[in-house]
Amino acid sequence: MDSFFRSEEMCLVQLFFQTESAHNCIDELGHLGLVQFKDLHPGTADFQRRFVKEVKKCEEMERILRKQLYFVTFFDKLEQELKEINSNRDTLRQNFTQLTEINHLLHMTDDFFVEGEAGSTIEMSSSSVHSFVAGVIKHERFPAFEKILWRLFHGNFVLRHAEIKPHQEENMEKDVFVVFVQGDQVRGKIRKLCDGFHASMYPCPNNAAARKEMRTNVNMRMEDLRLVLKRTEEFRVTTLTAAAANLREWTAKVKKMKAIYYTLNLCNIDITQKLIIAEIWCPVSDLSSVHAALIKGSEQTGSSVTPIMNRIHTQQTPPTFNRTNVFTSGFQNIIDAYGVGDYQEINPAPYTMVTFPFLFAVMFGDCGHGLLMTLLAVWLILHEEHFRKLKNELVDMLVSGRYIILLMGIYSIYTGLIYNDCFSKSFNLFGSSWSVRHMFHPQGPWTNETLHNSDYLQLDPLVSGVYSGNPYPFGIDPMWNIALNKLLFLNSYKMKMSVIIGVVHMLFGVMLSLGNYIFFRNFKDVVLKFIPELVFMLSLFGYLTFLILYKWCVVIKSDSAPSILLLFINMMFFDYSSNGAMLYKTQKPVQIFLVVVAGVMVPWLLFAKPLLMYREHKQSKLVNHLIRIIKGTLLQQKYQNDKGVCMENMGDIFVYQGIHTIEYCLGCISNTASYLRLWALSLAHAELSEVLWKMVLQVALRVTSGMGSVLLAVTFATFAVLTVTILLVMEGLSAFLHALRLHWVEFQNKFYQGSGYKFSPLSFDKMFITGTTEE
Amino acid sequence: MVSHSLALPMICFTTLWALVGIVAPFFVPKGPNRGVVITSLILTAVCCWLFWLIAILAQANPLFGPQLKNETIWYLRYFWE
Repeated sequence: MDSFFRSEEMCLVQLFFQTESAHNCIDELGHLGLVQFKDLHPGTADFQRRFVKEVKKCEEMERILRKQLYFVTFFDKLEQELKEINSNRDTLRQNFTQLTEINHLLHMTDDFFVEGEAGSTIEMSSSSVHSFVAGVIKHERFPAFEKILWRLFHGNFVLRHAEIKPHQEENMEKDVFVVFVQGDQVRGKIRKLCDGFHASMYPCPNNAAARKEMRTNVNMRMEDLRLVLKRTEEFRVTTLTAAAANLREWTAKVKKMKAIYYTLNLCNIDITQKLIIAEIWCPVSDLSSVHAALIKGSEQTGSSVTPIMNRIHTQQTPPTFNRTNVFTSGFQNIIDAYGVGDYQEINPAPYTMVTFPFLFAVMFGDCGHGLLMTLLAVWLILHEEHFRKLKNELVDMLVSGRYIILLMGIYSIYTGLIYNDCFSKSFNLFGSSWSVRHMFHPQGPWTNETLHNSDYLQLDPLVSGVYSGNPYPFGIDPMWNIALNKLLFLNSYKMKMSVIIGVVHMLFGVMLSLGNYIFFRNFKDVVLKFIPELVFMLSLFGYLTFLILYKWCVVIKSDSAPSILLLFINMMFFDYSSNGAMLYKTQKPVQIFLVVVAGVMVPWLLFAKPLLMYREHKQSKLVNHLIRIIKGTLLQQKYQNDKGVCMENMGDIFVYQGIHTIEYCLGCISNTASYLRLWALSLAHAELSEVLWKMVLQVALRVTSGMGSVLLAVTFATFAVLTVTILLVMEGLSAFLHALRLHWVEFQNKFYQGSGYKFSPLSFDKMFITGTTEE
Repeated sequence: MVSHSLALPMICFTTLWALVGIVAPFFVPKGPNRGVVITSLILTAVCCWLFWLIAILAQANPLFGPQLKNETIWYLRYFWE
């Protein structure tokens, strides 16, 4: 209940468990995800820790598993099998290539022999035995081969070659060649040459019948080999898939083991090597579940001794733990991104859940775009798992923030309805409060002639009936959407709105600081810091808000209406000489009083706290002095040290308080002005959307010819793309960023310290979601 | 021109957001999220009511009127009223 408004109460617990049950106990605690192990050897380096070998082994296994996807496996048996399969496959492949080459060779040499036998025997008739060598050589080496043959045999040879048409199983271009030479000894030379060129030689029978037989043989063997190769491939694939199914399991196990050994490294091992001592931070409300997990873990190892939990009290600051669910975790993350809260200070996240989307919506303010954003968020929410599977960083970020986007969209629809802006057009639900008819005769100054003579005319609210006397009930009057001086009105309205929202937001922040002071029983600070801060802000900026609201509520003639900005500036300078009218009768004394009060707050804030502390310190010094006299010189040493330290502290405190005062007082002004970005961004958004309407869609809608429908289709596509990229993505990101800045700086610097450290429990679920091990 | 009243929307919307911010928190079911839901309801009611209020007050006593093109004036004269 209280846990989300403040971080949870944490306690430091000492755990004692037996070495045998250590692994199981830590396993159980990891599944629970509620304890953070404290490092009991903070000075030692990684390689000096006790379980460093085990951690290294786990890392090694992890590395291998990562490469598993390609060819190496984890268990030795499987590795052996795969190696065998691979080598078999390679030999088979080689055989197959050879056979294919022989096949081609036989095929081609057929032609040569036919040519040779049928053709002229002029060159070879003279001698004797002509032998031939047949083989296959790589295509690019062939010219060099030919050249060297020429040099060797001085042209006394016949060389025939043909290209092998590339087959699907080979990827190198090869040529078949036949060399006819005289004599037998030359064969040896040719063989050496072939070896040099890495050409493979094959025996080739002389006569056609033998060749034919050889060919049929070779074909048969090729068929067999093809079959065997296919079978080997299938077997390899099945083994790999079986391994892959277990892969995820093994990776998970290895990760867990590594985390457990890492945790064990943080613990103390007792001298007798039988007991492990660990110190953990754990939420007080979860002590019983931790105890149950430990018992479960020790039962699993069958040990008779249950682990002991011993809560110890400590002066150290515990980590900050905010229990979040899937909805609130997004908001907690954006708060923690700026700074994790101090232990048990007020957590801004539950308030941010509403104010952040609301401020975004004030800057985004368009119900059409808001509707699109809401639909996008609903889509993200419904298909969350599908998007997470994509493992894309940008998509992951979008999915983690899906509830934030949903709220932003819903509030944007509301603010869009109030701004009366839907894709830059307005709704006229209730009927406008402005009337044109009453500006004409007989009630008003216009005639038909005035209408014809001028390009534009301005309605005057002072003419009776032009303004109905009552405003449009929900939002901005639709008449302003078609007015030429729309921005004049909207700017004034939005600027004042931003100031009001800003002052209210900051006052809320100051009130939260009161909550912190009360919780930490720091009642001095309530008087010394909270009250002056509150009074300062209320007397100056609360009064400004009052002026704005008063001017809106009261009826004044337009030429005598004083400008609020000038009123405020003159108030600060006590300048009442200008004959600018006052808004109300007693304005001058009230304003003087408020400025004087604000002026008194500054020294109160600056000096009260340090002076009080100085007085307290002097009193305690006096007490110490007395004790020293009574107890002798025991405290002499301590007193001298204390004195030195306290002197420094006094200076520090004055400086710190001075900085805080300046920061707060100047910050009030600058932060209030900073809220004007609410106006600026909403103006930019409205203008962009109006440009898209006027210059893109309206152009196509005005075309009256038949082609207009085609043009409209194309133009609408452009309009849609531009709306999504510029208005939704770019403006959305921009408004998100500015709303976030308003929270981080202007809101949180009123109460948030943000200097704690986050509770990072050993949690296997978190490990597997983020894909990294707990460090 | 349509004559509205000021009191009616004031009462309507104020009661609406009062329902959201003051009455609804009593009906939030007990659970671990009760505090957060109640805070969210109250904050929503305050923010949205304030925003609506600013919009209506800003137009309650206008110092100047809208400036319209003569074509718009002609159209409004004959079609809106």
